[in-house]
Amino acid sequence: MSPAPIVDARAIHKHFGHLHVLRGVDLQVAEKELVFLIGPSGSGKSTLLRCLNRLEEPSAGSVTVDGIDMLDPRTDINKARQRIGMVFQSFNLYPHMTALGNVALALRKVQGLPRADAEAKAQAALERVHLADRADHYPAQLSGGQQQRVAIARAIALEPRVMLFDEPTSALDPELVGGVLAVMRELREDGMTMVVVSHEMGFARAAADRVVFMADGLIVETGPPGEIFANPQHERTRAFISQIERH
Amino acid sequence: MTGWERFTDSFFNARVMAEYLPKIVDGFVLTVWLALLIIVAGLALGLLLAVLRAFGLRPLNWLIVFTVDLFRALPPLVIIVLLFFGLPNAGIELSGFVASWLALTLVLMAFAEEIFWAGITSVPKGQWEAARSTGLGFVQTLAFVVLPQALRITIPPLTNRTIAITKGTALASVVAVQDILGAANAGVSFSFNPSPLTLGAIAYLILFFPVVVLGRWIETRFAWRR
Repeated sequence: MSPAPIVDARAIHKHFGHLHVLRGVDLQVAEKELVFLIGPSGSGKSTLLRCLNRLEEPSAGSVTVDGIDMLDPRTDINKARQRIGMVFQSFNLYPHMTALGNVALALRKVQGLPRADAEAKAQAALERVHLADRADHYPAQLSGGQQQRVAIARAIALEPRVMLFDEPTSALDPELVGGVLAVMRELREDGMTMVVVSHEMGFARAAADRVVFMADGLIVETGPPGEIFANPQHERTRAFISQIERH
Repeated sequence: MTGWERFTDSFFNARVMAEYLPKIVDGFVLTVWLALLIIVAGLALGLLLAVLRAFGLRPLNWLIVFTVDLFRALPPLVIIVLLFFGLPNAGIELSGFVASWLALTLVLMAFAEEIFWAGITSVPKGQWEAARSTGLGFVQTLAFVVLPQALRITIPPLTNRTIAITKGTALASVVAVQDILGAANAGVSFSFNPSPLTLGAIAYLILFFPVVVLGRWIETRFAWRR
């Protein structure tokens, strides 16, 4: 791994009331690396992901992204978040705006671009996810796969240094998954650093540099996909992989 | 005189109606003003309180909830009477018009706050998270993402509540405001004939029927494009 990771999370703990969801997790991601977080539900992988852009406030630990201390109260969190794109399981597009409006909003209101410039940039982002012809459609007029691709465009339009994907294909019908994965693969080929929480093991095998297996709020094992899937070291990992493979 | 003749003579007496029509028209104009002022102030204050509540400042929210519950619990007539007959003891003299306006504004504010608040909380958490993840601040997210969605959801219940409370302008007649009902009542007293009340009812229909239709139109106008 390169000496200066772009994402550097250390000793992350997260409590939800009595629940100890993350129990001391370290995660470093190198530039241009694609890291896959897998594990049974409730293992804390989504929470860890959400700690990286501080949508979730870690109870303890440190998070540095692109050299910025995310947990420092003096950090301008809204500025820092522009460097970290996030894609959600349920897309979370703004239903009252067109695809173009969804992508252009932060360009206009956060980056302060004039409307025309923001829309040109948004249109370019929509082209990257192959939805240029859907710019004036409202989310309700798009399929789930198209909505998720608009959501990806909304994130990449801000030219982030890191992209976080929180189960991006879990809410999609099987026939729509392919289009989203294809866009993610293109992003990867363009050199985007990506942290992906997902159950798409085929995609992990084909595209991930590293797979991190989590259980009970801890990282159990980490390694290249070939090793993790073919030769898991831990019993928990073995059990999880065999369960996934059976489906 | 047959029963039918007695009925028409009492409620549709053309001579009485013609005599008191100008008064009813004056009352109509006054009711329109009162209603408009209540709607503008009540909705604006309600929205303001709901937005303030969204900031989640504990002591402020307790105060907002207490105020809102107070004005939702008190009958509007009681508030009008308290303001009109009570405040002069504290050295504050309000006209019947102002007392009625203030009372109904506070009531509409309270109900509107609850409706706006319900609208804000009905916007899924994922909308906040998506917006915040792109670097939009709390206020920007509220203004550009959450409120536009919340307002659309609130329009049907808000329209109904606004109509219901605005009809309460009739209560102003109790504190000697010459609104539609006040003018009609005065007419009945002077003429010993209830026909002015019929005129009043017609005036209320002319006033509120378009409002109800408008409310229906707004509902469809603001529905999502699907």
